[in-house]
Amino acid sequence: MPIEPARCQAIFDQVLRAGRAFGAGDAEAIISAGSSALTRFANNAIHQNVAERSWQLSVRVQMDGRTARATTNRLDDAAIRQVVEEAVALTKLQEPDPALLPLWEDRPAGVSYLRWHEATARVTPTERAQAVAEAIRIVEGAGQTAAGIYSTAEAVFALLNSRGVFAYYPETMANFSITAMAADSSGWAKGSACSHRDLDPAAMARAATGKAQASRDPVELPPGAYTVILEPAAVLDLVGQMFADFSATAISDGRSFLRDRIGAKLFGGNITIHDDAYHPLQAAAPFDGEGVPRRKLALVDRGVVREVAYCRQAAQAAGVEATGHGFPLPNEYGEAPMNIAVAGGETPLEAMIASTARGILVTRLWYIREVDPYEKIMTGMTRDGTFLIEDGRIARGVRNFRFNQALPEMLSNVEAMSPAVRASGEEAFDMVAPAMKVRDFHFTEVTKF
Amino acid sequence: MKQLALEALDAVTHSAATYADTRVMEIRDRQVSTKNGKASHVSSGVSMGLAIRVLAHGCWGFAATDDLTRDGVQAAAALALEIARAGTLAKKQDVTLAPEEKYEAEWVSPIRIDPFTIPVDRNVALLLDIDRELRRNPGVTLAEGGMSFERRRQVFASSLGSLIDQTRYTSGVGYAATAYKDGEIQKRSYPNSFGGQHQLKGYELIDEWELMGNAARIAEEAVALHGADQCPEGEFDLILDSSQLGLQIHESVGHPIELDRVLGSEANYAGMSFLTLDRLRRLRYGSEIVNVVCDARPEHGPGLGTFAFDDEGVPAQSTDIIRDGLFTGYMTSRETAAAIGESRSNGTMRADGWARMPLIRMTNVSLRPGQASLDEVFGGVDHAIYMETNRSWSIDDKRYNFQFGCEIGWEIRHGKRVRMLKNPSYSGISTEFWNACAAIAEPPHWMLWGTPNCGKGQPEQIMGTGHGASPARFRRIKVGGAYAD
Repeated sequence: MPIEPARCQAIFDQVLRAGRAFGAGDAEAIISAGSSALTRFANNAIHQNVAERSWQLSVRVQMDGRTARATTNRLDDAAIRQVVEEAVALTKLQEPDPALLPLWEDRPAGVSYLRWHEATARVTPTERAQAVAEAIRIVEGAGQTAAGIYSTAEAVFALLNSRGVFAYYPETMANFSITAMAADSSGWAKGSACSHRDLDPAAMARAATGKAQASRDPVELPPGAYTVILEPAAVLDLVGQMFADFSATAISDGRSFLRDRIGAKLFGGNITIHDDAYHPLQAAAPFDGEGVPRRKLALVDRGVVREVAYCRQAAQAAGVEATGHGFPLPNEYGEAPMNIAVAGGETPLEAMIASTARGILVTRLWYIREVDPYEKIMTGMTRDGTFLIEDGRIARGVRNFRFNQALPEMLSNVEAMSPAVRASGEEAFDMVAPAMKVRDFHFTEVTKF
Repeated sequence: MKQLALEALDAVTHSAATYADTRVMEIRDRQVSTKNGKASHVSSGVSMGLAIRVLAHGCWGFAATDDLTRDGVQAAAALALEIARAGTLAKKQDVTLAPEEKYEAEWVSPIRIDPFTIPVDRNVALLLDIDRELRRNPGVTLAEGGMSFERRRQVFASSLGSLIDQTRYTSGVGYAATAYKDGEIQKRSYPNSFGGQHQLKGYELIDEWELMGNAARIAEEAVALHGADQCPEGEFDLILDSSQLGLQIHESVGHPIELDRVLGSEANYAGMSFLTLDRLRRLRYGSEIVNVVCDARPEHGPGLGTFAFDDEGVPAQSTDIIRDGLFTGYMTSRETAAAIGESRSNGTMRADGWARMPLIRMTNVSLRPGQASLDEVFGGVDHAIYMETNRSWSIDDKRYNFQFGCEIGWEIRHGKRVRMLKNPSYSGISTEFWNACAAIAEPPHWMLWGTPNCGKGQPEQIMGTGHGASPARFRRIKVGGAYAD
């Protein structure tokens, strides 16, 4: 364990003593500690191979309706005193905020070690290199070129405050991602899990290689509205762009597409989405940036926007209970759900393809950005495995498309879903998501490869 | 810090390492923001750590730690060597480095006002004054402002004998007015979107931008956009303000010229580049008036990519990237320079902190100013569309196809703004776009913009880059496609 609960308590005791000496009534400490290592490969060889260890102590004090935060990564006695003194000095320069609430007082449930795996924390550079070498052999054996990463990490996130909160969350995490490149095509696969034993790098290498092989000699198709089948990573990266809007503060600020739309049926009746930090395929701490336990939220229920996240301050203003999704104070964004589970269906990916007369299969999306904040139009590109489906079969690879697609429209046009899996991409947080078959998806341009 | 760097270097000197460097870094920062009449975030931070990079058995090994005790440094050194040894399990050839000189130097970026001497309540007070001015317009539903300051001292030591002590100060400031009305969100930002302007300066940056003097206009534009016409769809002559053009340079010139990316290092994440090696000194990248330089030297200006030495001890340099429209250069490192026949790195290796390995990163990639007056840029054609301040940006993983959205546009007729346009966007292919460049404004309109949030690498690193540009006009560009049915 990077840092034990007792050490966290000892550090916080020092924070409290320093806080009292500097006249701070209340104090909160966020202690994060961890180490991570990443073996990166390209051109069929390991080329960047790194490791880092870092600890951080972030102190917030609260005095007379004022608050501010100071952070350090030095944990000697003098540094702890200094960071508290800095937090107090910044706090004293603030104007009182009548809406600032007292520190959270209810202690969350006991520590869970379910998402911390000793074996994953102890993976060696040699073990990662061996797995990478095997993946490279698979791709190279097909006459292709491999690039990717294999990372392992352990981390502790702890939050303690002077009102008795002691929240402590340990986690390990492993990621493997691989791109296989042929002369004019590529394929990709990625996985993440709290235990590295739940990843199969060789299987991902075979999947990426197969996609690169199948998408060779791509043809250019005209832009337009197509039936698309989005694999789970593509669903995650695109749908994941909308969850910062499921925030009471964002709605109140008028920067969310859900303003004036709570209770409205924005999506198809087959769309149900929860935020669930306790889902067996999810990760991350079961408490928020003030120590409030996370509650499971029904964000979308059969197409209807039902619940959004509330930090304590937004909850107080609305007269409801905080949901446990607040960011550490002080902040301007309030809260957001970040443990998304999109309910899946019962149609395997192969059956979706078999049922499609003409459509596009999308492995992965890239560089997704918001075009319109209220219509929630997103743009981006397909990448690393885009295929034409004809008569229920993958016919060939196609050149990559740019899309401009409104998410409410897309999620109203879902014709089929696979069972949900833990998906990992590059544009949004890992989530539990299915593959989706979507009609009338808007491809607006084609690139040159 | 120097002693620590030398101790760390010593820990790997008598090992299998054929080369090693260490960086000891101390970062101090302050973040202040306001929202609708309140200080929404006030914080400060200090972070100190050490990185050891070794070349052993022909492979790189890298370990970083914030445990700066003797045991901590020894453990990091041993881990870096273990990692390098593990790399031999998947090695194709030994890493070789272009030669470099030994340097002993100290450099501090010039500032007039140390931002950390300004009390935080003065930061907040200015932002709240702006906030009040923005919200004097009743149509503004959200006013946001922010300032950020950083002092970053780094001591670099290498087995070549270099010992380089650099301190860089960066400052940033910006604000935005958002107007929500009847199911539509419009926003205007100043001096730029996504945090404003960022430069290698002290607090003097804050005083240079007439922040209060522009607040009423920004608020008015955010509200007026609700009543503006939708930007039309079609091919138009397009005029871009210098901040949007800065981001256009970043995405469609800056990233494609990263030689590590060209060679495949980023293939799994950021992607590759259409600028394959066969295109060097052959590709007509832009029209003859297009000249782009990659310049980290202080004389280029106080950019986020300005320094004295990069993070592998190579002095700051200036490299022609596009000369009279011809593609002439990449950004290189000591490891990659030989791939294009160069005998020396052009000094673009940077890490975003002590915990990360340096990568080829944009320094200041800038479009040189042209010779056109502003009247000629706007009035050189009968009809054009002008766009200002970025709202969205996206480009494919080889950097061909891009699409940008801006906060505000205007239809231009005979050099005059005739109507405001909302939701403007444009798209194209990088080389086709730069070859359509018809006029670039002269030096008085050139600004060195800062992009503080450039992502690259695995684990991802966030870097600040500089982009100089002046307003420019482009022929027959596809406009409005983002909202096409």
